[in-house]
Amino acid sequence: MKAKIYITFKDGVLDPQGKAVHHALKDLGYNEVSGIQMGKYLELTMDGVSREEAEIRVTEMCEKLFANTVIESYRFTIEPEE
Amino acid sequence: MKCGVVVFPGSNCDHDCYHILKHVFELDTEWIWHKDDVDLSGFDLIVLPGGYSYGDYLRAGAIAQFSSVMKKVIEFANSGRMVLGICNGFQVLVESGLLPGALIQNHTQKFICKTVSVRVENASTPFSCECLEKSVLNIPIAHHQGSYFIDIDGLNQLIDNEQIVFRYSGCEGEVTGLYNPNGSVDNIAGIVNENKNVMGLMPHPERCADPAWPNLDGQLIFKSMIQSLQPGILL
Repeated sequence: MKAKIYITFKDGVLDPQGKAVHHALKDLGYNEVSGIQMGKYLELTMDGVSREEAEIRVTEMCEKLFANTVIESYRFTIEPEE
Repeated sequence: MKCGVVVFPGSNCDHDCYHILKHVFELDTEWIWHKDDVDLSGFDLIVLPGGYSYGDYLRAGAIAQFSSVMKKVIEFANSGRMVLGICNGFQVLVESGLLPGALIQNHTQKFICKTVSVRVENASTPFSCECLEKSVLNIPIAHHQGSYFIDIDGLNQLIDNEQIVFRYSGCEGEVTGLYNPNGSVDNIAGIVNENKNVMGLMPHPERCADPAWPNLDGQLIFKSMIQSLQPGILL
């Protein structure tokens, strides 16, 4: 199984990196961009687990380690490996 | 009084803390390596020093919270003993859940290294009892991820329980956005847990506590802890 995990700041938490990149985009003339959320992306290769098991395990991993849920939210997809 | 200074891979203020405890205050002080399965029952104070534990990978303090020594430190703190986390040590304390909130990147996007003023907001904790209430201390900060974040409910709890020990301020004790170096919520520079036996702060008191330097404001924090741990005084 392959898990693809996305972690971003929650609403209301200041994302200075996203802000700085947004300024740069404006300088380049991309004025249609009204907001940027920068975050983290992780890919996990998992062996010997079903999709259901993988969902439970990845949720645990996100809660315990990958995301600090005080400031970050996470979402993920799980697909069979190609 | 026996002190332990935890050493993670990437700690870089551990020697400063050890020096102040061992040589300036002449306390019985030991190193504690992060992998050691050490018995902490003989210790009175554990210090988590500044630095970049585990390279700050994932988030500052995120990996350190699961090290074998931290399991012991969490037990130690939950049994009511004193734990001080400075800078990266503060980040480890919030990641491990011993203190509320989180520490995120400075709003300036820059690493900040300079001496700042902080106002003593609560002089009745074991970490600040030698300070005067509302007095101003000058202590260096040196961090990139030192912006303290907590939601509004959490902030109200901190205020109600008098858990905020230091706020960034001007030299006259003015607490305004102008004197907030990193974007911390409510200018928070240091907090204690509800039991007041665990403190985390971003400023480095160990960098202004050696009499070889003119600024000794950091000594007040060490003297407070020593005073609180005198025999006969219960935390």
